[in-house]
Amino acid sequence: MGRVDLVGDKIERTPLYQLHVELGAKMVPFAGYQMPLQFPQGIIAEHLHARSKAALFDVSHMGQIALHGGGARSALERQVPSDIVGLAPGSMRYTVFTNDSGGILDDLMVANGGDHVFLVVNAARKKADCDHLLNGLAGSGVGLEELSNRALVALQGPKAAVVLVRHAPECTRLRFMRFADMDVAGIACKVSRSGYTGEDGFEISVPAARAEDLTRRLLQEPEVAPAGLGARDSLRLEAGLCLHGHDIDDTTTPVEARLRWTIAKHRRAKGEFPGAHVIVRHMAGGPPRLRVGLRLEGRAPAREHAPITNLDGRPIGIVTSGGYGPSVGGPIAMGYVPADHAAVDTRVNLMVRNKPLPAKVVRLPFIAHRYHKS
Amino acid sequence: MSDLRFTKDHEWVRLDGDVAVVGITDYAQEQLGDVVFVELPAVGKTVAQGEETAVVESVKAASEVYAAVGGEVVEINESLGAEPGIVNSDPTGAGWFVKLKVTKRDEFDTLMDKATYDAYLAEIS
Repeated sequence: MGRVDLVGDKIERTPLYQLHVELGAKMVPFAGYQMPLQFPQGIIAEHLHARSKAALFDVSHMGQIALHGGGARSALERQVPSDIVGLAPGSMRYTVFTNDSGGILDDLMVANGGDHVFLVVNAARKKADCDHLLNGLAGSGVGLEELSNRALVALQGPKAAVVLVRHAPECTRLRFMRFADMDVAGIACKVSRSGYTGEDGFEISVPAARAEDLTRRLLQEPEVAPAGLGARDSLRLEAGLCLHGHDIDDTTTPVEARLRWTIAKHRRAKGEFPGAHVIVRHMAGGPPRLRVGLRLEGRAPAREHAPITNLDGRPIGIVTSGGYGPSVGGPIAMGYVPADHAAVDTRVNLMVRNKPLPAKVVRLPFIAHRYHKS
Repeated sequence: MSDLRFTKDHEWVRLDGDVAVVGITDYAQEQLGDVVFVELPAVGKTVAQGEETAVVESVKAASEVYAAVGGEVVEINESLGAEPGIVNSDPTGAGWFVKLKVTKRDEFDTLMDKATYDAYLAEIS
């Protein structure tokens, strides 16, 4: 579940560590943090709770960054293929940092906070992203502030809005991928209507000192249950969302990863972003391989790194995420296959313990997104 | 249930005559979390003590299950195919994995009894 490199680093705790322990969480090291893998109810119950009611996740391990200064958006835009200059105040966008060969250094959320640009990056990439940003910002007069004094909690599920409105009446004004400063339970927070589950929901950035107070209040709501990294992973897999270091990395282009929707038309035309020559070529001529959804016929799951073969037994690709989908009710996976094997209904085998497990290519997501778009 | 014996890998075994019933312990299912699939050996296969005989898949990971004693597989728990969650809800009862016709009874005698296993758990947790 992510690249964990703890050599020489001390393992950190989020501001909600004590609360997790009190709630009986099974704590595991993840990306340098002690994080809850699951709570006593278990991953499947937590997953299904997020799909039916509302689940609360601690995602404080993720990196929160503010960029200050008039040129912040244009400076950031030079490092990603998306339209950031045109991002309206109060809007948020998913994008990727690309390298010179078109690979993905990290994926991130970017919000226009009016007087600043707010970023959320992956925990394991926090330091690398800051170094990368600072390189790009050099000479621009834009300041980078690591918001390490803030926690981040995600409230996800069809009941997320009816719960949050009790504490933040303004939250109903937000549509999917909108962002605003607002009080939640009387605490000044940064709230976006977004998440990593495929469900409606919010991510709430809260000062670290108030994080436990806010979380306890939300957990008191009858619809809300805590959920850990296990459910977060199975929810995002069913939603067909990429996990950096697994489904996307510095060797996969956004086109291969089926993230070409992150590439703005005018940015493609000008080609002024890292790796544009490779990415534009993949867009024009088609990429050599593509990320696909895979549904297994049996009940045995196939995990990350399982080889994908064609029906003749020839290796053609690799599983990048795989496991049991509690809402699907069976094993699911994502992986890369050659473009000529990426059509829906293409039959392949996933090799698990040297045995071929029959699977077929399916459309992503496995479970339809239910974002609040209107 | 008093004559359950245990391995350090958290399998349990119970002897009914010369047939050993094998499964994983409550501690093991607790550590694994929600079980979603169990791969069982073919009936008729002979396994040595300590040999991999089954694989249990939880939501998070796959784990091998080793034969607590050697023998020939005479029956497998078919109900785990449709309801792998029984391993979580009743690990030492309905959640058994395989039945083995035991060849060396002394292999059973070398395993930990309940008191020893409980002490072992206290030590590792």
